[in-house]
Amino acid sequence: MNDNQSTIGLQFMRLGMLALAAGMLFGVIGGFQFLFPEFLRELLFTKTRPLHVSLVVSWIFLGAIGGIYYYLANQCRLSLFSVRAATWHFWIFIVTGLAILTCYFAGKFGGREYFEYPAVLSIPIFLTWIMFGVNYFKTVFKSTEPWPVYYWMWGTGIVFFFITFTEAYLWLIPYFRDNMVREIMVQWKSYGALTGSWNMLVYGTAIFVASRISENPQAARSKMAYGLYFLGFFNLIFGWAHHTYLVPSAPWIRTLAYAVSMTELFVLGKILWDWRGTVTSYQKNRHCNAYRFLFASEVWVFVNLILALVISVPALNLITHGTHITVAHAMGTTIGINTMILLASVFYVIREELPLEVHSGCSKQVKLGYRIANLSLAVFFTSLVLAGLGKGLYGGGSFQEMMLSIRPFLLAFVVSGVTLMIGIWIVLLYAVRLINLCIDPANRAELAAEY
Amino acid sequence: MGDEARYGQQLFQEHNCIACHQFYGLGGYMGPDLTNVISNKGSAYARAFLMSGTQRMPNFNLDETELDAMVAYLEFVDTTGRYPAAEYRVNWIGTVVQNDE
Repeated sequence: MNDNQSTIGLQFMRLGMLALAAGMLFGVIGGFQFLFPEFLRELLFTKTRPLHVSLVVSWIFLGAIGGIYYYLANQCRLSLFSVRAATWHFWIFIVTGLAILTCYFAGKFGGREYFEYPAVLSIPIFLTWIMFGVNYFKTVFKSTEPWPVYYWMWGTGIVFFFITFTEAYLWLIPYFRDNMVREIMVQWKSYGALTGSWNMLVYGTAIFVASRISENPQAARSKMAYGLYFLGFFNLIFGWAHHTYLVPSAPWIRTLAYAVSMTELFVLGKILWDWRGTVTSYQKNRHCNAYRFLFASEVWVFVNLILALVISVPALNLITHGTHITVAHAMGTTIGINTMILLASVFYVIREELPLEVHSGCSKQVKLGYRIANLSLAVFFTSLVLAGLGKGLYGGGSFQEMMLSIRPFLLAFVVSGVTLMIGIWIVLLYAVRLINLCIDPANRAELAAEY
Repeated sequence: MGDEARYGQQLFQEHNCIACHQFYGLGGYMGPDLTNVISNKGSAYARAFLMSGTQRMPNFNLDETELDAMVAYLEFVDTTGRYPAAEYRVNWIGTVVQNDE
């Protein structure tokens, strides 16, 4: 096999892990600034927040894209339509990413929340996404068999990212920009659906890894798996609106969104739960790191499902909206679900790439980092929920007094953020070292000769 | 939206104010929601914060034209609705009808 076919996906994954490590550092700095506004005043919170968000979101995309490139070329018996396009995708991503980070450090903004960089930098993102989409569909169309559900999920995620990312820039048109309510509804509709599109990429990866670990390809072709796909797709289109219940929009939008939100995440939890019962102890041990992270994602699915259901009830949303509970919802899903699934994917790949003598599939270092990260995330998540309740139920007084009243919870949030970062860093240190072994041609040749 | 408010909107984005503030509860939580800051506190109050900053908020060194534009933008936002809801009723299925939006 062409060496680039097998390593381009790994390079995306490695870059993603570096982005996650850096993103968590900026998250911790931002957390300290939230509590102690004088902390590192040279790097304002207006800079650390987009640095944190952009780097962590990059990890989700890089981790998912890397897995897709790798799995198609190495596990699905489909050679990539164009390795060159994938390589261009990688380098354009790096150059654009560095330009965006430079803008943030320099305080050059101009975009909207979550895409704060000058809008012109979205052009290369659009272009690379087209390259990725063409490469993906040209590759999977080579398949002569009916598609497993993860092909559909990845394809849907790619198409809808393009649509929702385009929507996120409708504010450039005066028709949207000049009407506050219209603009804010379109903006949050696009963000919610964009999150749905990356969830398609990540949940597709979860089903791929789970079906491979259990050596049960039918798990990705079951009625339940397709049920999840259609439900996820439905949520992608409608399930965003709990963020905008309190924006003065048409009432039917809120009611429909409320109904749709109630179905969220349920089937994914069911599939993973069923999958766990089919895995033998041999398979768990062979892929114990990957199994561990998939198991964690399963637990976090249920925790986040409960919170998502609560904040989707409009009467409760009156209290939770505009509070740290929204942050708990975002952090709980991006760290607890997306990051755990993508780390499972990374460790599955490492186990497949390296001989047993180099990596047994288990390690004490990963176990330590995994435990620290998950315990910290539990405290982190709970602190945010309590801080949010404190804010939502606060009876009066000034903003400063409210912030003072929830300070103990914010302190717990910041301290657990530090330990969460340490836990994830311990895992990443181990994973990056092994991914380096998989990527480096000299090491690959040496390993191939030795084993 | 008038030209002055539109310029204020541009400045709001260029300084990434949404990293700390919210409109309709959407944005960052470092600072307060600004949807109705004008009707709740007045233009002079908003202008004073913009001019000198606070312990939590940096002074962005805005000139007079920029200050006017930012206040005009906040005045425009204030006319678009009420947040948080003050007058509302909750239906038995959990939906909310806001009377003051």
